[in-house]
Amino acid sequence: MTAVWAAVLATAAGCYGLKLAGLVVPPRLLERPLARRFAELVPVALLAALIAVQALTSGQSLQADPARLAGMTAAVAALLARLPFLLVIVAAAATAAVIRLC
Amino acid sequence: MADQAGTSAAHQETAPDPAPGPGRAATPVRDGIGLGLAVGVSGLAYGAAAVGSGLSTGQACALSLLAFTGASQFALAGTVAAGGSLAAGVVSAVLLGSRNTLYALRLAGTLAVRGPARLLAAMGVIDETTAMATAQPDRASSRTAFWATFGTLYLTWNLATLAGALGAGRFGSPQDMGLDVVGPAAFLALIWPRLRNGRAERAAAAGGALIALATVPFVPPGVPIILAAPAALAVAWVTRGRAAGAADAAGGGAAAGDGAPR
Repeated sequence: MTAVWAAVLATAAGCYGLKLAGLVVPPRLLERPLARRFAELVPVALLAALIAVQALTSGQSLQADPARLAGMTAAVAALLARLPFLLVIVAAAATAAVIRLC
Repeated sequence: MADQAGTSAAHQETAPDPAPGPGRAATPVRDGIGLGLAVGVSGLAYGAAAVGSGLSTGQACALSLLAFTGASQFALAGTVAAGGSLAAGVVSAVLLGSRNTLYALRLAGTLAVRGPARLLAAMGVIDETTAMATAQPDRASSRTAFWATFGTLYLTWNLATLAGALGAGRFGSPQDMGLDVVGPAAFLALIWPRLRNGRAERAAAAGGALIALATVPFVPPGVPIILAAPAALAVAWVTRGRAAGAADAAGGGAAAGDGAPR
């Protein structure tokens, strides 16, 4: 019990510390072109990785869940139709939900 | 101090918004709250999984309140469930949080927070807030989007964690409502304008996605995401010359919400 609490608090401290670390890096270090370019591109690369993993895998295996794929297809269609952000995510979730009902 | 922060932010987001539309200012707030609510509900699944793994309700909630980063929270719960070494579980859960450091590097200049506000802002640096903040056309919208998303998601995620831990998950899973698609669909919508406008962005995104998919079978869950960071570094290296000569172009990249489909 106590050991688990220690693990919970250590995880929380570590996760928070990692977030704070990025915010307190002196701006000067990010002024170099390579560093700035890297910081600009990191969210795109990581979020794209996240999209791929969340859409196409389950646990540690590649898996094409039909409902999830349909939801993502609906999102792409909504984006191509230039729908507002909230409608894009509603279209995606509703499509996945409907397919799971069937 | 303030000068430094102002300078670096100016570097990042100097591009003017070419097409200010009606209701533009309301969008970061509305979108941030919408995303926060929709993603926060997944806290139900986390709360239920955490208690099912052997964490107490208090421990499940403490992680949501204090760690506030889903992948790490699921990872620690998984270790407890598997009866593995707690120390190793802590290390892997914390390592999973390292992508937030990279996000914070990107957001530091945009948020330009100091003192207590910085300590608070740090808690909110996660996938959703970064995606929402970096999709905005200017710095003011970015900050608004960050705080709106953070506030809503923090409240929803923590309430949903408590509800999930107390058994609310039995009344229908987030997956039944299609909420597992909300995350990837939202992230796609938020990086979409940057993918349309930038070749470097497309290369970084494609590289990151391929690395993640290729490594999923071989490394623990969550790790493939951080392994995508070298894709950003490689593209940054190849295009560094372009960035050096054109601070505005870099700002334009950051502010590619310009062509946002709204």
